[in-house]
Amino acid sequence: MAVKTATGAPAPLPTGVVAQPAKIGFWAWLNRRLPVEEFITTQMTGYWAPKNFNFWYFFGSLALAVLVLQLLSGIYLAMFYKVGAATSFDSVEFIMREVDYGWLIRYLHSTGASAFFIVVYLHMYRALLYGSYRPPRELLWLMGMLIYLALMAEAFMGYVLPWGNMSFWGAQVIVNLFGTIPGIGPGLVEWIRGDYAIADATVNRFFALHVALLPLALLLLVVLHLTALHEVGSNNPDGIEIHDKVGRDGKPLDGIPFHPYYTVKDIFGVAVFAVLFAIVVFFVPTLGGLFIETPNFEPANPLSTPLEIHPVWYFTPYYAILRAVPNQRLGALLLLLSVAVFLFLPWLDRSPVKSMRYKGWMSRTALALFTVSFVALGYLGLQPASGVYVVLARIFAVIYFLFFLLMPFYTKLESVKPVPERVIYHAH
Amino acid sequence: MADHAVVADDEVDLSRRKFLTSATIATGAVGVAFAAVPFIESWNPSERARAEGEPVEMDLAKIDPGQMAVTLWRKTPIYVVRRTPDMLARISGHDSVLKDPNSEYSDQPPYAKNTQRSRTGEFLVLIGVCTHLGCLPKQRFAVGELYPSWPGGFFCPCHGSRFDLAGRVFDGSPASTNLRVPPYLYPNPRTLVVGKDEKGVA
Repeated sequence: MAVKTATGAPAPLPTGVVAQPAKIGFWAWLNRRLPVEEFITTQMTGYWAPKNFNFWYFFGSLALAVLVLQLLSGIYLAMFYKVGAATSFDSVEFIMREVDYGWLIRYLHSTGASAFFIVVYLHMYRALLYGSYRPPRELLWLMGMLIYLALMAEAFMGYVLPWGNMSFWGAQVIVNLFGTIPGIGPGLVEWIRGDYAIADATVNRFFALHVALLPLALLLLVVLHLTALHEVGSNNPDGIEIHDKVGRDGKPLDGIPFHPYYTVKDIFGVAVFAVLFAIVVFFVPTLGGLFIETPNFEPANPLSTPLEIHPVWYFTPYYAILRAVPNQRLGALLLLLSVAVFLFLPWLDRSPVKSMRYKGWMSRTALALFTVSFVALGYLGLQPASGVYVVLARIFAVIYFLFFLLMPFYTKLESVKPVPERVIYHAH
Repeated sequence: MADHAVVADDEVDLSRRKFLTSATIATGAVGVAFAAVPFIESWNPSERARAEGEPVEMDLAKIDPGQMAVTLWRKTPIYVVRRTPDMLARISGHDSVLKDPNSEYSDQPPYAKNTQRSRTGEFLVLIGVCTHLGCLPKQRFAVGELYPSWPGGFFCPCHGSRFDLAGRVFDGSPASTNLRVPPYLYPNPRTLVVGKDEKGVA
């Protein structure tokens, strides 16, 4: 764009700037009014990403793809769903049986919820592997954590909407967690429910939050997350800053433009993901009670607790920690801590290197034990809260917390391997 | 306009400007806080929900000795157990394995803060909601039903909390307090009213 002076004559160009040939037509008209081209050149074709991304770098774009899927399928479900304690369950069955392709839209949404957590957990695990939460990416990590927290609220409230018996009792258990807060707890629980029990008022407000407030918050947080990412640049499996090594043209030696290189890679990832996703949607939509729990095919019944109450699989690691504690207030506190402790990762890790490739045996062992604990707690949260299951849950809960609490020490104590000057990359 | 005084940058009274900015922000924050009140209050139980939460009556003659009846008050199950002399005898003798045998940290009206946790020994009135996380405890009244030394009581299937025949919680349960007792009274010997007592309607 030409700079105009007060008199309307073109200002002289600053030295070193070559005059661009004037663009014509719609594209030029558009770009004078909206910086589309500038966005593409700074954020896509001119955004330099490390060339050594591997398998673990699929999951950010997959999370975005699933978000779009959830928004689309969710909007369509809202066209047929009737919120209310008297209508919710029936309208979901109506969608399943009488709306053309309603079953597909519903299963896309319910499978999408679980898929969202699968890709988000793998996305977060990538950060644990390669130290992507380390400076200068602390804020990026925190925004990602906020997305995760919003996603947890979104998933929980979405699970209440079908008003099945597990919806009801899951809501009962989760909302009552707030009752353990000293002093304000009981009043707070009544305020959240809008009644003396989980009732019509509760499902009504959860619907509003699920379809309006939380999706808006999620979208905003995703935009902030991506903005922060493009400001600091992506980490990579070696944990080396590619912008520290630039060529004579000022471009990172180990970087490649995000578009077309990684757009192509990510589209391929989405295609493979879609195949796996379709297998679940079409052949095992409930995944044996994991993605949609069996008691949820019965309407909510305030007078009949399901034999075993547990949340959907993506919350069970934390739920196992809650149940492992023989004191309700402490249990709820540890549940909160088990999620919140991730927020402190950037300041708990004191290692001189970022990537697990160059960390010592202590960090590697700690991460391996943590991985086993998280998966084991997830399994134990689905089992009855008795006998050996509780004992095991206590053991794994201790390991879970030790991973974080001891991190400042083992990352400082261990000897690390030398980090190479340039990223390790083998052409395919 | 000509009578405008032109002030040079270094003559601007910055402390005055800072004070005015702070005062504006503070006033705005108070306004936002007041504007939030109706939105927050709207989440309280509605007039209808409150009206539907009025006291409920129950005919006690319909409960056989040793049986439990369930009624709903405020959409919450209320357990009414007609305890036999044998069941009452099984309340005592295990205080040492209870978390709160004298109901000091538990939630009940003063007339239920006793060993039997009720106005009269025969009828036990409880809010049938586990004090852990709100599931419905199930009746396990028979001796030894859960394990050989089990004196009879309630068992929560969700997280394994156990309560005796007075609703008092056993050690080793995730619940920390005894089952809650609602306000209640007997207008006549065969009628129970839940949700109301001498102090008025709950």
